[in-house]
Amino acid sequence: MPLPISYNVRNVRTRWQVSLLAVIGIGLVVTVFVALMAMRTGFTLALRATGEPGNAMVVQRGSASELTSWVPLDHRNKIVVDQRVAVGSNGRPLASPEIVVVGAMPRRSDHLPTNVTIRGVTPSAFEVRGGIEIKEGRTFQPGLDEVIVGKRIADRIQGLDLGATIPIQRHNWKIVGIFTSRGGAFESEIWGDLDTMAGPFRRQGGSNSLAVRLKDASTLESFDRWIRDDPEMQLQAVQERKYYEDQAGGLSATLLFLVGFVSLTMGVGAVFGAMNTMYAIVAARTREIGTLRALGFSRRSILFSFVMESVILALAGGLFGCLLAFPINGFSTASGQTPSFSEVAFAFQITPDILARGLVFATAMGFFGGLLPALRGAKLPITSALREA
Amino acid sequence: MSAEAVRQPAAAPIVDVRNVRKVYRRDAEQITVLDGINLQVPPGEFVALMGPSGSGKTTLLNLIAGIDRPTSGEVVVAGTDVGRLSESELARWRSHNVGFIFQFYNLIPVLTAQENVELPLLLTSLSKKERRERALTALKVVGLADRAGHYPRQLSGGQEQRVAIARAFVADPGVLVADEPTGDLDAKSAEEILALMESLNRDFGKTIVMVTHDPRAAERAHTQKHLEKGVLKA
Repeated sequence: MPLPISYNVRNVRTRWQVSLLAVIGIGLVVTVFVALMAMRTGFTLALRATGEPGNAMVVQRGSASELTSWVPLDHRNKIVVDQRVAVGSNGRPLASPEIVVVGAMPRRSDHLPTNVTIRGVTPSAFEVRGGIEIKEGRTFQPGLDEVIVGKRIADRIQGLDLGATIPIQRHNWKIVGIFTSRGGAFESEIWGDLDTMAGPFRRQGGSNSLAVRLKDASTLESFDRWIRDDPEMQLQAVQERKYYEDQAGGLSATLLFLVGFVSLTMGVGAVFGAMNTMYAIVAARTREIGTLRALGFSRRSILFSFVMESVILALAGGLFGCLLAFPINGFSTASGQTPSFSEVAFAFQITPDILARGLVFATAMGFFGGLLPALRGAKLPITSALREA
Repeated sequence: MSAEAVRQPAAAPIVDVRNVRKVYRRDAEQITVLDGINLQVPPGEFVALMGPSGSGKTTLLNLIAGIDRPTSGEVVVAGTDVGRLSESELARWRSHNVGFIFQFYNLIPVLTAQENVELPLLLTSLSKKERRERALTALKVVGLADRAGHYPRQLSGGQEQRVAIARAFVADPGVLVADEPTGDLDAKSAEEILALMESLNRDFGKTIVMVTHDPRAAERAHTQKHLEKGVLKA
């Protein structure tokens, strides 16, 4: 039977001053880890929440974003009448042609200009895209110079207030509503009427993209093949959700690399810190180790006991780090590093999964930090250990 | 166990040290600590090992206790040649056969008196309840049942040593080894400890091998052995 864990817990508690530095060191690393992971999760979630599973985005082949894509009107007319496209309550195809431009607007925080996506849509967009909810005011009237503004971007950009007028492309637009879209990327956009915007935005005779609802999501592949096989159309159909997820790809991967790199370098430092502490603890308890070995406890149980103690220390640090990181949960920020060069606002998302990973990371730091000192303790000859003061 | 063993006059020695040499190597230098030691201790004996500092008495005690190995020769204790056991076998053997009493008590500071006494029982198959009961019984024997929940820092030196003695016999080993058990105690406490050890020897039949400087302590033993420069004097 190994030494009881309560023995380690009490030792940690009794010698808390010695343990404190290791706990704080590991805690801070876990804080940074959790914060970075929360940032990545928040960003990925913002883009993943964009898009319905049964929707297809029809865009130009080879275009990196909707900005550089063009779907001519005659192609659109051909596509929307395809039998695979669902039909709405009014008997018309569930298809949403959309134009997209980017405008520079000052941030509320530092007044520096940042890019904001402006989307021209038809009323069918609300049915096709789904999840759009007007939180304040009302939706825009087709034919009028009115826009609605996503909740997240309204919070971040100066002048995006209900009832205010904003200039976009030398035209003044009145803000008549604030909307949400289940936390998706549309909340970082300004929406207006397609036909009203087409003129001033010089986007006539087609749209940048065409979102369509398919009757059956499984027909996406044949729908895409049919579009690609038409030599007149340089278009493709992509699942809407995948389309927006891929937009996140670059930054998400960069963030993941950052999480890995920063956590690893800081983690190595914290492991050395923990090791230092554990060496001090083993040195201070040398006679105790000798006594336990004399009583008949094996080398393995001494090794296990001190590794355990290091892991307990690290877990305390991990919990401390998670607590320290917790206030950033829900904190909103934005990234301009998207393929459309415009800001996508997102909230730091601390999930149970991230906290669990933080604790696992702490455990690993404790394990590796404790291993060598525990080995030293376990290998001590009993007679010399007993001679220690 | 050993009440019967005491009654058997021809019993084989419980401690049988045969022609033992112990040499330490320090850099290129070899230091012979024990040279040709022969010592037989019958069951139920109380032996005092005496001698000046550096005479090798603690080394001999460590060999008997199975926490050190001879360079040559044999140390047979309770029927086992301890030099032949592997490290883990030796650990298991110690937990069953030897009880330790140290000069500075060596109690674990974060454990209560009862938990300290319970430690050797963690290496047995006893249930938690049985362990607790046996630890309490051992504390009763040393007269400290009322201090079961106290931590070592809340006890006097004499009380600490009594807890340590309870820990030494709680698993019922045949041999108790004591290294200067009264060396850190005042005269009165030392007297109590010696009386306790005598009682363990007399009433419970424990074989005791004790290293001591203190002539008064040595007087309590049945036999005294003197070591000088690594050699046993008659």
